[in-house]
Amino acid sequence: MRSTTGLVRSRGSAREGVAHWKAQRFTALANVPLVLWFVFSAVGLAGADHATVAAWLAAPLNATLMLLLILSAFHHARLGLQVVVEDYVHHEGYKLATLVAITFATFLLGGLCVVSVLKVALGS
Amino acid sequence: MAEFRLPANSRVKPGRSHPGKPGAAKPRRFQIYRYDPEAGDNPRLDTYEVDLADCGPMVLDALIKIKSEADSTLTFRRSCREGICGSCAMNIDGHNTLACTKAIEDVTGDVKIYPLPHMSVVRDLVVDFSMFWAQYESIEPWLKTHTPAPERERPQSVEERAKLDGLYECILCACCSTSCPSYWWNGDRYLGPAALLQAYRWLADSRDEAAGERLDELEDPFKLYRCHTIMNCTQTCPKGLNPAKAIAEIKKLVVERKL
Repeated sequence: MRSTTGLVRSRGSAREGVAHWKAQRFTALANVPLVLWFVFSAVGLAGADHATVAAWLAAPLNATLMLLLILSAFHHARLGLQVVVEDYVHHEGYKLATLVAITFATFLLGGLCVVSVLKVALGS
Repeated sequence: MAEFRLPANSRVKPGRSHPGKPGAAKPRRFQIYRYDPEAGDNPRLDTYEVDLADCGPMVLDALIKIKSEADSTLTFRRSCREGICGSCAMNIDGHNTLACTKAIEDVTGDVKIYPLPHMSVVRDLVVDFSMFWAQYESIEPWLKTHTPAPERERPQSVEERAKLDGLYECILCACCSTSCPSYWWNGDRYLGPAALLQAYRWLADSRDEAAGERLDELEDPFKLYRCHTIMNCTQTCPKGLNPAKAIAEIKKLVVERKL
């Protein structure tokens, strides 16, 4: 029986959203050169043996760019998936559970990637 | 979760056929969505044959002719018949538009007419606008000032006034909002292109002194940021306006005050 005006005004304004919007665009911008660099590098390393690739990744510039790519790509992925879930999942419980799962998964996968790169770059 | 089919009681079934008078010079078939909540039946698609030789050029002319000559139970809103009141907004030939400014000859094949998408249907082509109006009201579409009222009007330069062009012409027909997938999925929380275009109309008004408060109210993951620049709003606007650009301008204003 609640009025539509009451419904529309029930949540007020979260006074946030611009940080998310900005981060999504900054990471998208960063991903363009980083992904291009990664693709060209991967093509250049095609057919190389393990030692060559490990040496390539251990070079300071390559290791740094790879870490930046990992951070930017996983951050971007988390933000984008969050938007998809907010768009399509309307059950509040499922929504919260999915958002938590996405956050954990991206941190886990991103963390694994970072540790792997560091292990190669710094020597284990 | 997302639903990919209409609920069982909303699926449109084949309806009745209303053949035209024999010997029509230019017969044309109209397929029109019918729904009567009191009957308890599913919506249906009725077919009417209209002689275009004896009918005005617009889809609204045909609807009025059908209502007065073939089937008086057909229900739709209309008023000005010249694209200024926004009452006859409906989905014609797959696009949200105004029946009064949509020429029948611009439609190929049968003319298919449905109510505005993803809205609660009151009856036939009439949908429930209460949420839409509440959203419009929530952006406080009136001049808000802090300086005392001057003796005469609040002046505005020609350049300042020009900033309202493309905004003030909106007739709130809801074609844009009801064409927007984001509004379909989150119409209870996303304000939609029509309300946001109006929000920008007041942000862009040089006489308004409440821009900061307006931006505070708009900055919200759902109210504003459900817009993913899908652009259906701009493509469908029967007045040729650009709600997507207005929303982008709001996002720019919000981001600018954090830089």
